[in-house]
Amino acid sequence: MSEATITWISGPVLRAKTEDVFHINEVALVGEQRLLGEIIRIDKKEIVMQVYEDTSGLRPGDRVKSNGLPLSVKLGPGILGGIFDGLLRPLSLDAGTYIQPGKQVTTTNTFRFSPAVNTGEQLKPGAVIGTVMPLVHGRRQHCLVPPNICGEAVWLAAEGEYDDKQTICTLVDTEGKEHAVAMSHVWPVREPRPIRERLPTWGPLLTGQRVFDSLFPLACGGRAAMPGGFGTGKTVLQENFAKWCDADVIVYVGCGERGNEMAGVLHDLPQLEDPRTGRPLMERSVIIANTSNMPVAAREASIYTAVTAAEYFRDQGMRVALMADSTSRWAEALREVSGRLGEIPSEAGFPAYLSSRLADFYERAAHVRTLCGKVGSLSIIGAISPPSADFSEPVTTHTKRYVRVFWLLDSVRAQARFYPAIHPLQSYSGDVDDLVDFWSQHDHPEWLSQRRRFLTLLEEQSRLERMARIVGKDALPPRQQQVLICAELINEAFLRQSAFSETDRYCSPRRQAIMMQLINRFIDLSEQAIEHKVNAEQITTMPIMRRLRRMNEDISEDELEAFDVLLGDMESAFSSLLKKESQYAD
Amino acid sequence: MRINLYSSHTATRLEGPLLTLERNVNVGLNEAVEVLDEQGRVRLGRIAALDEDSLIIEVFETTSGLSLSDTRVRFLGEPLHFGVGPDVLGRVLNGVGRPLDGGPPVSSQQRLRIDGLAINPVARAMPTDFIETGISTIDLMNSLVRGQKLPIFSSGGLPHDRMATEIARHAKIRGDAKGGFAVVFVAIGVSYDVAEHFRRTMESSGALEHTALFLNLASDSSTQRLLTPRYALTAAEYLAFIEGRHVLVIMTDMTNYCEALREVSAGHGEVPSRKGYPGYMYSDMASLYERAGCIEGQTGSLTQLPILTMPADDITHPIPDLTGYITEGQIVLDRELNRHDIYPPVRVLPSLSRLMKDGTGKNFTDADHPDLANQLYSAYARAVHVRVLASVMGTEGLSETDNLFLGFGDRFEQELVQQTRARSLEESMEIGWRLLRELPVAELTRLHDDQIQRHITSGENQHA
Repeated sequence: MSEATITWISGPVLRAKTEDVFHINEVALVGEQRLLGEIIRIDKKEIVMQVYEDTSGLRPGDRVKSNGLPLSVKLGPGILGGIFDGLLRPLSLDAGTYIQPGKQVTTTNTFRFSPAVNTGEQLKPGAVIGTVMPLVHGRRQHCLVPPNICGEAVWLAAEGEYDDKQTICTLVDTEGKEHAVAMSHVWPVREPRPIRERLPTWGPLLTGQRVFDSLFPLACGGRAAMPGGFGTGKTVLQENFAKWCDADVIVYVGCGERGNEMAGVLHDLPQLEDPRTGRPLMERSVIIANTSNMPVAAREASIYTAVTAAEYFRDQGMRVALMADSTSRWAEALREVSGRLGEIPSEAGFPAYLSSRLADFYERAAHVRTLCGKVGSLSIIGAISPPSADFSEPVTTHTKRYVRVFWLLDSVRAQARFYPAIHPLQSYSGDVDDLVDFWSQHDHPEWLSQRRRFLTLLEEQSRLERMARIVGKDALPPRQQQVLICAELINEAFLRQSAFSETDRYCSPRRQAIMMQLINRFIDLSEQAIEHKVNAEQITTMPIMRRLRRMNEDISEDELEAFDVLLGDMESAFSSLLKKESQYAD
Repeated sequence: MRINLYSSHTATRLEGPLLTLERNVNVGLNEAVEVLDEQGRVRLGRIAALDEDSLIIEVFETTSGLSLSDTRVRFLGEPLHFGVGPDVLGRVLNGVGRPLDGGPPVSSQQRLRIDGLAINPVARAMPTDFIETGISTIDLMNSLVRGQKLPIFSSGGLPHDRMATEIARHAKIRGDAKGGFAVVFVAIGVSYDVAEHFRRTMESSGALEHTALFLNLASDSSTQRLLTPRYALTAAEYLAFIEGRHVLVIMTDMTNYCEALREVSAGHGEVPSRKGYPGYMYSDMASLYERAGCIEGQTGSLTQLPILTMPADDITHPIPDLTGYITEGQIVLDRELNRHDIYPPVRVLPSLSRLMKDGTGKNFTDADHPDLANQLYSAYARAVHVRVLASVMGTEGLSETDNLFLGFGDRFEQELVQQTRARSLEESMEIGWRLLRELPVAELTRLHDDQIQRHITSGENQHA
């Protein structure tokens, strides 16, 4: 136990003098209210701390106490299905309507534990001890030996119900030291949890959103960034990922975002069903809420808390997706604390270590073989809120160096209520080549070439529209007018996907493949038609165009055969168009 | 608990709003103080920083006339509190809650800390109930719901004050909601005539009895400006969550608040961030805006309609930019529409209400409302796009469909945006359907077939 005495306070930062030993990133409790804080700088006989709670009322002379542990969180089966603050302390109605500084709610959850090993077995760090079945949110989890402990299991609890702090296994290591292992353990948030090896990214993280899965896919264990100005739909997209992406566990961190939005997430998730398991989506989610009016230093920690919780599930061999909304607020918290410390600012006032902190965070995304030999992955999707929607600002540019997938949100599309407002020309994905196999297995062997064709059309569209602005649309040759028609159909029928439409908010890979092939066929047919001297006006006025443009809204997952009907009708519409044209020519 | 602890003859330094004292009393950070000069005039302040030997006080009123020798400081032993009761309605108060209307002080039923506390995200109820403001571009296109914070981005010379008063007069809740309605109007650094105009309008329309006015005039000190929204929101929270009313807080002009923040931050010698504004401006503004909301199990709600003027009409300026990242959407006013005598001059495309999806549609307004708004947006965006084309090559080069959209765009502005009196939502929707009937059915891809059948082709339509 080390102690110090406060000598100076300003906002969330304080200095204290001490004779004892303190460590960097060690946690300490401040004052009578026992406010949580972290040591960020040490100077001979003085420590500098950032405090994670409101410091009103603190005064020089107040005591700072620490027990030598770094900032850590308690990881256990109880965190799945829960909502927490930035330091993984449960937020519940027991805490009251308002968040009181220094107030801690401890919850005790009981779980059903069944051992999977026998006494006498040597257990390595991270090995599976048994399975855990939470009684409230019924999803099976594994109980692991903490990564920093190993030894022979000398005692094991019998199958039964235990709370997560009770010892369920006793290990004796080679030096004869005894370790009591419970279902939950404590892990420092700034230290990545160890793994056996990193594997190449493999297989897609399906989001159920066509623009991502089909055009700019993210692989499991990948890293994506999503920058966009305000009102371009970042948060709705992040929430959509949390709802429909096919990961086993979702960690959603609302970092300096709106309270009403968190209320919305908390309202929606328990009511929505997982399309694959039929269970409430809440059961697979962990929500970390640090709204913009909660203490700024805890916002800085919340990102690490979230990624540590995500790694805990990855270590059990699960596919985990972490959504961080928004990393800009985290960077601003970094800037605010740095400013209070009087550090020399670098670009746009951010501290010079912004880039390395971002790298630390994104590097924790990986596809891995865990210590217990299972394969797990952690994918990170970070939203960025660039000031003035200026994508050359430091957080966006530095993030771009560390991510392989980049989804840029376009304010022009958002203003026309075209969602998701992903800019198809400025976004990119470095994971495309890894995913060709996946699409071949899902009846879509031509995926790579069709994807290229779509993107080429969209690029051509933007070029032609610039030209049309000068010469007029009607002055373009028919071939180019056909490009515009096709690009518009790709936008309207394929890329546009309403998050609030019952039929279209989730799109299965099967449906995506059918739609993509259907549109591809339309491009072929319209090309043929143009070659046979059909003019563009005749194509746009075909009655089937409206059905094509609305196929995303009108044809649901349960009636995929309707696409065949639509395909047949489209073929005959074009052939009658050609017939008419040839009669006319005769 | 109020304690009286005095410290005199300890002042060592006066600089701008900051007063440095030798530390001879044991007081805590952020606690309130009263600074008294030789004539006994009282100025409010708070303890901004502390170390072993000295303490720094931020004085919320002008420090002009203070001296080192004759200044006495009274320590209140707790952060600033506001004693507030139900009779705050119908009153005109200054920026720190003292009467300006010659009446007695507000009766103190509850003493609440003016900084408020963050609402536990778990305890928040999702805002879902529609508020009718009488303005089509808000009700139909960017609906306001109870518990939302929806700012108006305006500029100098635009009629945002008129809009604010009209919304304050017409705003109503549809259906049979429990709890009364109240308006808290907060003037932050506005000129005397704006404040006076608002007071007179509310008085003459009889709306003053359910309104509380907090007036911080342009001539008041800038440090006091930082307190005004906090006092007002404390009163609003009292009315909403203790008295159970639906409170609409109109704050004008948040730009003055941010300017004051910058001024005080510079006075503290803090490292500036963008355009000289302090790095914590986002967190500071969030501590005001996030006080909007609904709480699970309580009838009342707190809705905010902050108004800010964009410096040099620049929406990327830090003040509108950071506000947009905190609030749930924005209503943007436009100088060009104003020049064309269109009132209210709401520029529809960059405007947005994020919570609209939760408060409109079946069970809330009209089942077809969200799709209608969506279709109008899409059509108007196309019209604006065509307008750009037409400005380069004239209308002759446009296709027939494009020409229809061009006409739609003009009529949209003239008939839907423009209004001379408050409209009900049903009236606004009828205008919306009427405008869409001008367009070819094949282009209305955001509407379902049965919506087209019920609203478009059943009416008179030249393209049917």
